[in-house]
Amino acid sequence: MNNNAYNINIFSGGAELLFDNKRHYNIDLPNKDTWKLGDLLIWLRDNLLSERPELFIQNNSVRPGILVLVNDSDWELMVSSDLWYLICSLCQILCKYAPCP
Amino acid sequence: MPMCSRKCGKNAVLKRPKTGDALCKECFFEVFENEIHFTITRANLFKPGSTVAIGASGGKDSTVLAYVLKLLNEKYKYGLKLVLLSIDEGITGYRDDSLKTVEQNRDDYEMELKVLSYKDLYGWTMDEIVKQIGRKNNCTFCGVFRRQALDRGAMQLNVDYLSTGHNADDIAETVLMNILRGDLARLKRCTSIITDSGDGIPRVKPLKYTYEKEIVMYAYFRKLVYFSTECVFAPNAYRGHARILLKDLEKIDPSVIMNIIQSGESLVINEDRKLPSLTKCQKCAYVSSQQICKACILLEGLNRGLPKLGIGKSSRVNKLITENNRQNNCCNDNCNKNCTNLVKNNV
Repeated sequence: MNNNAYNINIFSGGAELLFDNKRHYNIDLPNKDTWKLGDLLIWLRDNLLSERPELFIQNNSVRPGILVLVNDSDWELMVSSDLWYLICSLCQILCKYAPCP
Repeated sequence: MPMCSRKCGKNAVLKRPKTGDALCKECFFEVFENEIHFTITRANLFKPGSTVAIGASGGKDSTVLAYVLKLLNEKYKYGLKLVLLSIDEGITGYRDDSLKTVEQNRDDYEMELKVLSYKDLYGWTMDEIVKQIGRKNNCTFCGVFRRQALDRGAMQLNVDYLSTGHNADDIAETVLMNILRGDLARLKRCTSIITDSGDGIPRVKPLKYTYEKEIVMYAYFRKLVYFSTECVFAPNAYRGHARILLKDLEKIDPSVIMNIIQSGESLVINEDRKLPSLTKCQKCAYVSSQQICKACILLEGLNRGLPKLGIGKSSRVNKLITENNRQNNCCNDNCNKNCTNLVKNNV
């Protein structure tokens, strides 16, 4: 299996609105030594995002209100040790988005 | 992966913004529900045997509120009867879909559901209002009408309380907004967990200390069905600014949200300061700080073809009405007789 195949599982809670209203993506990341979560989020913005990129990434991180889960865990548990947590293959990334009022 | 801070031996699944604790799923459910229970009991929020309407939009907050109230009501025997109350603003592509979610809530939680529409109450849908007013000030109409519609629905359902899903982030945002606007009357009451609108039905906010992030996570881990599309019309610009400011502050230190709420609660407004006293609207008898309530003025504007009438200060409203009367001599023919009142009362 390709080491760079990721199952980006769901954009839900409103985040899917920024991604062409689709909740599931299977993606192939280009070859690179280490893929960190931060790299992946930027890659998502540049390659999958369909509209309003400023509602996804701001100041080099996700916009406040976007919650990221990796394998069903809050990524804020990981960023404390390494801001750009190294992702393992076949991670499920889930972005939850709390929309504006 | 960090372990649960409560030393239960399981892996943590989220970091709580409120305390910084890392918790596993089960411990998170427990503290989340217990804190809301504690908020309810400490404030003595509900009298046993009463009926509580839940203002339900189909969004995350009201869905979590309905789920948790049902759960706590059964677990701690509050002895409450819970009903769902929804307002149909008449926004195609937004409310029509979210009402389906509310109907799902009704079936899942086995609660009675009442839906009131702007069209029935006011004769106008939001789609029609936006056609008149444009996309700039439409949130004023929607907000004023919704507040009153919820109260009317609660009265029709004959409930003792109207509970809404306002969360800690919402309350902190409102405190900031009222400070920025210098609105002392609202600043004074916006942090109360229970507000009594005159002779109306008390409004309660059981989620006032619950962070938005935890609500989203709770709904996700509990697999609750909710609706998350943004309103198709422009969002309330001013609130949007307060929200961005708050979210930026929260990034630096999540406890700012609780701190802002606490500051709001502890504020004492100078008693010498003149605050508008509440009275009844002379047209619809709804509680109001003016002789004619905001909803009636907005409606009057729509019906007279002056949609901007109620937007802005009352002095401007007076001027507009006088001008319009002079031009049209309106009370003689095409206008409904309500506007005689409006002129007489010098709104």
